[in-house]
Amino acid sequence: MQPWFPPPGSTGAFFLLLLLPPLLLVPFVLLARRRHDRRTPPLRLLVVAGSGGHTTEILRLLSCLSESYSPRCYVLADSDKMSEAKIRSFEQKRAERFSNSQFTLDRIPRSREVRQSWTSSVVTTAYSILYSLPLTYKLKPDLILCNGPGTCVPVCISALLLGLLGMKRAIIVYVESICRVETLSLSGKILYYFSDYFIVQWPALKEKYPKSVYLGRIV
Amino acid sequence: MKTVFVTVGTTSFDELIAAVSSPAAEQVLRSRGCRQLVLQIGRGALQPAPQYGPAFVRDVFRFKESLAEDLRRADLVISHAGAGSCLETLEEGKPLLVVINEKLMDNHQLELARQLHKDGHVLYCNCRYGAAVAVTLDAVLRSITVITVLRM
Repeated sequence: MQPWFPPPGSTGAFFLLLLLPPLLLVPFVLLARRRHDRRTPPLRLLVVAGSGGHTTEILRLLSCLSESYSPRCYVLADSDKMSEAKIRSFEQKRAERFSNSQFTLDRIPRSREVRQSWTSSVVTTAYSILYSLPLTYKLKPDLILCNGPGTCVPVCISALLLGLLGMKRAIIVYVESICRVETLSLSGKILYYFSDYFIVQWPALKEKYPKSVYLGRIV
Repeated sequence: MKTVFVTVGTTSFDELIAAVSSPAAEQVLRSRGCRQLVLQIGRGALQPAPQYGPAFVRDVFRFKESLAEDLRRADLVISHAGAGSCLETLEEGKPLLVVINEKLMDNHQLELARQLHKDGHVLYCNCRYGAAVAVTLDAVLRSITVITVLRM
C-alpha cells in the first residue's frame, strides 16, 4: 500500500487555500471595529502589565479609574518578577478605598525579551498568541488597557480573534508610553491599526498618526 | 551638596554604574563636597563594592519596593532615561541628570531625554566615553553648588 503524497506543486496551493478564508476576513474585522456596542458598568478590565516603567505608567493610569472598572484582570509576562509586587501593593491600597475591589493575576510567555532578535521574536510572539487565546476566553474582558510592552500584542490579537469568532468583543485602548515622543514603539505601530482608541502623549505623534488621540501627558 | 542617587530602574545599565563608580567620577564627587553616593543597580551584572569611610560613603543595592525615600534624600539624581524614573524624580523636584542607554532598541531613550531637556527639566548625556559622565557630573555639581550658594 503506497502512502499518499499530494501531487507535486500542489502543496503551495493547498496552504494558500487554507490561508485564503482568514485573509479575506481581515477587511471585515477592520470595518467591524468601527461599530461600538454600548457597555454598562461594571466593566471587566484586562490590564497588560509590562516590565519596569510600563507597569509604573499603567498603575498611574489605573489610579484614576472609578469602581466601575471591576474586576481588573492583570496579565503579565512569566519572566516579569517586579510587576506582581507593584500590582499587589496598588490593589491593596485600592481595596482600602473601595469595598468589593476585585482583581486577578495571570501570566503568559513573554513574546519578546529586551534585545531579542526579530526573527526569533516572531516565533515567540506566535506562541504567546496561542497561549493567550484560552486566557482571554476565560477572562472575557469588556475593555483591554495596554501601554506598549511586547506582552500586549499577543493578548490584543487573541482578543481580536475571539471577537472575530463572535465569542467576545473587547474594546482595546492603547496608551503609548510617555517615553515615545517622536516615534511609536513596535507594539504601538502594530496596534495603531487594531485598537479602538490609540492615545499618544506628545503632539509630534498626533501629527504623524492622525487617528490617534492626544490629551497631553496623562500619566 | 551631600547625596547623589544613581538609579537604573528595573533595567541593567552597567555602563552607567561603571562610569559613576570610576575613580574619575569619585574624584569629582569628593571635590564637589559629595559625601554619599547611592547606587541602585537593578539587574546589572556590575556590582561595585560598598564603601564606608568617614568622608565618603558608597551604598549599593539592587531593588527596593519604593525609591521615594532615596529620591527625597538626594541632592542630585542620575538616572537612566526610563519614564518611571524620570517622572518620579521630577515630581520630587530634584535636579536630574539623565544618562542615555544607547544599547536599547532604536535608542528610543534619547527621545524622552531630549524632550525633557528641551522643556528645561533635565540635562542629559550618554556614556559612550567613560570620561564624559565625570565631566558632565562636574559641570552639573558645580552649577548646583552655585544655585545653593545663591539661595543662602
